[in-house]
Amino acid sequence: MKRMGSGILGSFFMLVESVRMSVANIRQNRLRSFLTILGILIGVTAVIALITTIQSVSGSISDSFSSMGAGTLTVSATGTELKAGLDAEDMRRIAELDGVLGVTPSVSLSTKVARGGALETGVAVSGKNDFYFESNPDAIARGRAINALDLEGKSRVCLINADMVDLFFYGVDPVGEVLYIGGLDFTVIGILSESADETVQSMLSGSADIMIPYTTALKMNSESLVTGITVYTEGDSAAVQDSIEAFLDALYNYEDDTYEITTMDSIEDTMDSMLSMMSALLGGIASIALVVGGIGIMNMMLTSVTERTVEIGLKKAVGARPGQIQAQFLIESFLLSVVGGVSGALLGVALSAALCSVMGTSFQLSYAAIALGVGFSAAVGILFGWSPARKASKLNPIDALRRM
Amino acid sequence: MDREFFRMRGITKVYKMGDEDAVVLRGIDLDIQRGEYLSVLGPSGSGKSTLMNIIGCLDQPTEGEYALDGNRIEDLDELELARIRGSEIGFVFQNAQLLTRLDAQKNVELPLIYAGVRPKERERRAREMLSLVGLSDRMHHRPNQLSGGQQQRVAVARALVTNPTLLLADEPTGALDQRTGRQIMELFQQLSGEGRTIIMITHDLNIAKCARRVVHIIDGNLTEGEEATSP
Ligand SMILES: Nc1ncnc2c1ncn2[C@@H]1O[C@H](COP(=O)(O)OP(=O)(O)O)[C@@H](O)[C@H]1O
Ligand SMILES: [Mg+2]
Repeated sequence: MKRMGSGILGSFFMLVESVRMSVANIRQNRLRSFLTILGILIGVTAVIALITTIQSVSGSISDSFSSMGAGTLTVSATGTELKAGLDAEDMRRIAELDGVLGVTPSVSLSTKVARGGALETGVAVSGKNDFYFESNPDAIARGRAINALDLEGKSRVCLINADMVDLFFYGVDPVGEVLYIGGLDFTVIGILSESADETVQSMLSGSADIMIPYTTALKMNSESLVTGITVYTEGDSAAVQDSIEAFLDALYNYEDDTYEITTMDSIEDTMDSMLSMMSALLGGIASIALVVGGIGIMNMMLTSVTERTVEIGLKKAVGARPGQIQAQFLIESFLLSVVGGVSGALLGVALSAALCSVMGTSFQLSYAAIALGVGFSAAVGILFGWSPARKASKLNPIDALRRM
Repeated sequence: MDREFFRMRGITKVYKMGDEDAVVLRGIDLDIQRGEYLSVLGPSGSGKSTLMNIIGCLDQPTEGEYALDGNRIEDLDELELARIRGSEIGFVFQNAQLLTRLDAQKNVELPLIYAGVRPKERERRAREMLSLVGLSDRMHHRPNQLSGGQQQRVAVARALVTNPTLLLADEPTGALDQRTGRQIMELFQQLSGEGRTIIMITHDLNIAKCARRVVHIIDGNLTEGEEATSP
């Protein structure tokens, strides 16, 4: 028996030649190849643009989360029937726990606000304490903060934001003026800055237009206990969480479901899982486009096999093995899809960067998304190229050559 | 000494055509010596191409034994058959059957590509074969830049590039005019003179006479030269 080529090296030379022939075939059917590549390109672009954009958005959300919520945790204490919330003494004791810097209660109400002829209903009013303004010195644009005396005396003083100024104090300096909140007369003591109330709570429940002493807010709500507080911690919030839990358990006689502690981390986790679910869903929808692209490849390869029947027969007659014929066609569909995949990845990244700059979020390049897009398209090429390639390799050389 | 070089016994080919069986080859016995130049002469539809496909290991007989250069063909699997086609047999078809995208040299290299021969070596052998068939000045012409006769010579070069044991030609002059046909025949004569084993299939008595030995095939039966009756 005669042997000509050397094993592995011979296969390598064959492979190089197959790639060359595939490139020649692809270039010969320029338009058809372009359209097929376009199918894959659109799919990969969609997948990568969506995933990268969502990841950028999620990245910048968690960035802003950690910048504004560093070292805080929120406690929502509904308590028991006997003690449905926290009183001033409880808050003082929580504030004295190790690692706790201070506590801010949040008492919200929505009410009518009026001055002169102007009336606004459903205004968000939030009761705060002095510690809130100490730990958020940027909250006040002008005027003074709520102090301990205001809290003790349940004084009717308020700070208002720019919207309220526009509504009720057009052309008038509001500080020192009177504003009717829920039918009571309040003296305006300060103006809130734009960035006031940028806490996690306010982000989740909407920010307040007006801030008043929390004791006053409780009285207006005819309540004596606070159900929501924000705890400012130093250092490890998990350790603090444990001691707060111990305190609340003791306070509510170890009954279940009396309180809930939310840390920045847990909110971020929820947010993250929501966003990754969204990217999986959207990515899944977009990958349908990839499947359609794959069908395009399959269609082109099937056409190509039919057109090249004689060529396949001839190659078999000169000694090509079925595996070599199959490899040739697989390489072709692989090349088509990878060209589509790589250019789709580039386009997708560009599109996502553009989207991010339009939305004003910082763009974050996701290598995982690119790997996914390119890898997926390569897989599509092999998967959808498989059956046409197999069909070609199984062609009977005689049937092929009879067509001559 | 070389009794087993080429030996066919009782080769039969039957095509199933619905309910009826079409018997194309009816028990063909054929022995060929190394270095022989044989032509198979027969009218159209007599089963020449069918026989050639079996000789070339492109097709399997329904019945019968066939041994080529020590290989019992009926025992071989698809991979081994591909190897035999690639190394033992060189095909020349009626139409040259060149790949239009490739130039003459690359077309001649094709069998060596599948055999896994190094690029340098492929190139050297392809050039050598193209000079042998008198096309050293047409190495980089594409098929559509070559005449019919030149294309057929490229096909002969391609058939010879693997240095096959057997050169098989199915009506190699069928698509050519008389003059270029004669040139191809001269090339075959030259190759035979160099000791090649050649089987040529034709329906043309004048072409068949170029070979040193002629067998006739009529209606699937094979007969040696002088005993045959002309159709
Ligand atoms: N695949 C096939 N199925 C059925 N009949 C076939 C097939 N291939 C060839 N034949 C028949 O076999 C006969 C011989 O064909 P072929 O060998 O091509 O003849 P030749 O080459 O001598 O002209 C023809 O009658 C043809 O119709
Ligand atoms: Mg024929």
